[in-house]
Amino acid sequence: MRIKGLVFFARICYLPCTVNAAAAPTHDSVVKRAGAAGGWKFAARIIVAISLLASGAFAQTTIPETDPPLRPIQNMFEPLSTPALKIHETSIPVLLICAAIFCVVTTLLVFIVWKFRQRNEEDRHVEPPQVYGSSHIELAWTVIPIIITVVLILITARTIGEIQNAKIPDDALRIRVIGHQWWWEVHYLKQNENGEWVTDFIAANEIHVPVGTREEPKMTHMILESSDVIHSFWVPQLAGKTDLVPNRKNELWIEPWATGTYLGNCAEYCGTQHAKMKIRVIVEEQDVYEAWAQNQRTPPPPPPANVALGHKLFMDYACANCHTVDGTIADGVFGPDLTKLMTRRTLGSGAVDNTPENLFKWVRDPQAADMKPGCLMPDMKMLDSEVREIVAYLETLK
Amino acid sequence: MNPHAPGANPAADIDLQPVAPGSERGSLVALIQDLVFTVDHKKLGLMYFGSGLLFFVVAGIMAALMRYQLAIPNHGFLEPDVFNRLFTMHGTAMVFLVGMPMIFAFANYLIPLMIGARDMAFPRLNAFGFWIFLFSGILLFFSYIAGPGLYDAGSAPDVGWFAYSPLTARAFSRGHSTDYWTISILLGGIGSIATSINILVTIFCYRCKGMTLGRMPLLVWLYIVVAFLVVIALPPLSACQIMLLLDRFLDAKFFDTQAGGDAVLWQHFFWIFGHPEVYILILPGFAIASEVIPVFSRKPIFGYPVMVAASVMIAFISLGVWAHHMFAVGMTSFGNTFFAISTFLVAIPTGIKIFNWLGTMYGGKIRLRPPMLFCIAFLFQFLIAGLTGVMLAVAPFNWQLTDSYFVVAHFHYVLIGGLLFTIFAGVYYWYPKCTGRMLDEKLGLWHFWLFTIGFHLTFFPQHIAGFLGMPRRYYTYDAGRGWDEWNLISSIGVVIQAAGILFFVYNLLHSYFKGAKAGDDPWDAWTLEWATTSPPAEYNFEKPQVVRSRRPLWDLKHPDDPDWKYE
Repeated sequence: MRIKGLVFFARICYLPCTVNAAAAPTHDSVVKRAGAAGGWKFAARIIVAISLLASGAFAQTTIPETDPPLRPIQNMFEPLSTPALKIHETSIPVLLICAAIFCVVTTLLVFIVWKFRQRNEEDRHVEPPQVYGSSHIELAWTVIPIIITVVLILITARTIGEIQNAKIPDDALRIRVIGHQWWWEVHYLKQNENGEWVTDFIAANEIHVPVGTREEPKMTHMILESSDVIHSFWVPQLAGKTDLVPNRKNELWIEPWATGTYLGNCAEYCGTQHAKMKIRVIVEEQDVYEAWAQNQRTPPPPPPANVALGHKLFMDYACANCHTVDGTIADGVFGPDLTKLMTRRTLGSGAVDNTPENLFKWVRDPQAADMKPGCLMPDMKMLDSEVREIVAYLETLK
Repeated sequence: MNPHAPGANPAADIDLQPVAPGSERGSLVALIQDLVFTVDHKKLGLMYFGSGLLFFVVAGIMAALMRYQLAIPNHGFLEPDVFNRLFTMHGTAMVFLVGMPMIFAFANYLIPLMIGARDMAFPRLNAFGFWIFLFSGILLFFSYIAGPGLYDAGSAPDVGWFAYSPLTARAFSRGHSTDYWTISILLGGIGSIATSINILVTIFCYRCKGMTLGRMPLLVWLYIVVAFLVVIALPPLSACQIMLLLDRFLDAKFFDTQAGGDAVLWQHFFWIFGHPEVYILILPGFAIASEVIPVFSRKPIFGYPVMVAASVMIAFISLGVWAHHMFAVGMTSFGNTFFAISTFLVAIPTGIKIFNWLGTMYGGKIRLRPPMLFCIAFLFQFLIAGLTGVMLAVAPFNWQLTDSYFVVAHFHYVLIGGLLFTIFAGVYYWYPKCTGRMLDEKLGLWHFWLFTIGFHLTFFPQHIAGFLGMPRRYYTYDAGRGWDEWNLISSIGVVIQAAGILFFVYNLLHSYFKGAKAGDDPWDAWTLEWATTSPPAEYNFEKPQVVRSRRPLWDLKHPDDPDWKYE
């Protein structure tokens, strides 16, 4: 899909432009993986890397080596999970049919315009034979589209059933994803003694799921809900998008077979910061996932003495009204649960990388142009010294 | 020559009406008076066109600002709220304040001329329709100034052109911006319905002698279909706007999900209007192509009855496909399958139409003048738009494609590649009739090539950005996701398109004063509007017209081999 020359052209063109340095969490990994790619790809990535360096966007390293590879380019024709694969397999015959129609009709059009164009002025005075129609020909070009349509209907109906009516296996990981303006609340579910699915632990914005194989898939089943307006969950390499509609429970399932950090987006316009309501799905080996989940379940220890002031400020200021930290009086539900904040790679639902500098800038003023202007967390007008204390406290939440 | 010019005819200067100072004939005040008081279908048609063109330029500049913001990743040119207002206003204006008046411009100007009538059936209703449309447009843009209202929140609407609830609820859209949007749409809808009823009555009751339904020009037939669609599709839109107003002002709970209302209800109402609306906008494009292609191929339209039948079929099917805009909201597999199937059915009559246009050109002597060039480009682009439409109808594929830049590309191929190109064709074709002067051919070619190249450069890459997962309505995006180069190309294309539009507007003005004299029938055409003077007198025709076939002027020019022998 990528044309290398154009990449180069594009980079050259915008080198002198201003780019927000902080708001680009993905570049470093693009570069890091360059060595593994083939010759041409490698060359293209080098160009990308150089131009990013030059544009100042190449600021921090945030994805630790142990993380699964970043998958920033979500080409829907390179599926890595069952529903996305089924869609891909449906789309190929559709694309072929469309391409064939396109070629036939365009050829006809060009041929007709070329062959029957008026060539000179004398030509002008003699009218061509006047033909009013032909029922045989018209019948032919009615029947052919009908046949094509029937084929398309059969292909489509089958895939709809396969994806929407799939059975949820017993070993599926079940989660609830709740859309908020402009972030994602994620409940990992477990079955209680009555067989009901209840919350095991809560995460936000970054969804860790275990990987399967194509032979033995591991399903993650999501219930999609919304607390305010309509959002849409879309990670193209994993599945098609499904909306999160308030008052409804929609479903989505994925069966990824390749580890990776998949980038996705909210795909239904949901207000000011729709563009920075990003999704990360981290697909990892079962044991890595288990370790992560176990850590998420573990209640945090009481705050160490050296961050007691930050802890107090957090609880005294309005922070605690919107955010939850397990084991403290902070139990707000308007913003993301911060109990395990430092296990996340990004802040503000993918707005910026979760680095100490960014965390400081975020707490001081999330409305800044290089953070997430318009997000529902206000500028608290705190002193820098207070912000530093609070950040020190937040950094213990892992 | 203007008989009222001073000195030409002294008797004409004597006027029994008292004349206010500054309002002598020919003065600016007189011109404004004339425009305000007129009920003439031709002047109203031109006024629809002029105001549509004005809104087109404004909404086009908005698009250019957005493309500048998106030219590079993480560009800080526009704030998120400003960007969100821009795409909302761009979409609303292009559909309701450009598309609708443009199609009514052609309807108003041409239908009475083509059926040999002296005016529309209800001239004053016609003027009412125009003025209420203009008012709704001004109201919408006035929101930029007045939208903050008492709450000092919001400015122009920023809820997207289809304004999905509950984003429009007072909890999420404070201030009055959404109220401006909804009242503007409500008013515009009233104007559209009034004009459509007028079109229907005119066509059914005011055709000249001999013009049976089967002898009407295809354009007139297509406008019957369009007018019926407007009358059927606009009321649901008005209904949901009223429901929204009740929600916002009287705390009704239609769409208030926190009180048990239904967010998807709005979508059903909106799209049961919204999908027919697509055909309301594209069928006039078909109508213009169906007039221009035969004349410039020197052949009658191929398969006239089938063309009519296909148009009626498209209209019928279009009333049953609306939920294909909603494949991702979580309908049942049955619902998704039903709407996928009904959508595929549209492809059949549409395919017939494309083939019939090709059949018309086949064996003709194609004159590659500007109107025809725009029609040929239209055929090519509408083919692409139709095929991407088929892809979108495949519900599972739609789960990937919907709300991505692929959709943006698709509907711009429909509305620009389909509608706007045929509007340009129509302007080049009928400008001589409206003004008595030809549009400059050289400027026209510049316009055509620049605009066509710019158009494809802008919108084709957006298909690919969509394949790579770029959602629509994003004010910014990160580098490194494969979207950068496509967005940059797209933004470069805008510059070329804008240059094309400059040539067009310059051509309109330049040729009005300096264009070659056109004469009554510069294209050697066959329908009735070419039988009268250019521009036509206020009464259109001196004598009542009588027709015996679909091409009355062909019969006149070829008495030895008239059409009526074969029909």
